[in-house]
Amino acid sequence: MIADLVLIVSALMMLAGAAFAAIAALGILRLPDLYTRMHSASKAGSVGSGMLLIALALTADSTPVALRALAAVAFFLLTAPLSAHLLAKASYAVGYQLWPRSVLDEMPPVQPTTEASQTPHPTVPADRNGGQS
Amino acid sequence: MSLHDFAVGLFAISVDVALVLLGLAFLFTVIRIMVGPTLPDRVLGLDMLTSVAIGFIAVIGIDTGFTLYVDIAIALGLVGFLATVAFARFIQARGKTEEERFEALPFRDPQSRHVEPLEEGKTK
Repeated sequence: MIADLVLIVSALMMLAGAAFAAIAALGILRLPDLYTRMHSASKAGSVGSGMLLIALALTADSTPVALRALAAVAFFLLTAPLSAHLLAKASYAVGYQLWPRSVLDEMPPVQPTTEASQTPHPTVPADRNGGQS
Repeated sequence: MSLHDFAVGLFAISVDVALVLLGLAFLFTVIRIMVGPTLPDRVLGLDMLTSVAIGFIAVIGIDTGFTLYVDIAIALGLVGFLATVAFARFIQARGKTEEERFEALPFRDPQSRHVEPLEEGKTK
């Protein structure tokens, strides 16, 4: 009885996770610019694979496998926003434009970092430039 | 039709449907990587590919009971995260976009094969 209910819940979560992943990929394919695509991929994509891993944890035979799947979910939910934020910040700072029909851009203009010497870097030794300038 | 039969039937159908949907997701992401006009689009597609691959590993583990690959899924998530961070860092350090004007790039007329040597002391 309980095993059947767990099986049904796992099947539904598997369907929902795969649907989330497919919709995220459709958003990557169809949305107009980088930032909207990133919105689709990082949110719906991480929810999709997280739900699939939770379905695996529900149907796993042994406890270590289930715990490993849950650890993978936690790790994935920790790292996906970090990487998406970093990629969006770098793209915006370099100058990739929003979609021309976007209505609002609240981000203040960022000074583009055009050379490696302008990127934030720990203190460089003085003779690194060969003594020039 | 008992509850057990319904559960087993729904489970079998949903495994197949999930595999088809993940295959579609993989296909869409690969198309975006191929046509993606800029480098961050392709990096985003790479990130999405790793998450779809983790989903594939989970569904295969559910279907066959072969859960050895869950460790691979954790390692794949780590590698995908580090790759995205490194690519974002590279995009920031590269410091130019694909839409920049051709004349603004630091080389001269591509029709003339002549390349001027760098002036001594000006650049390094």
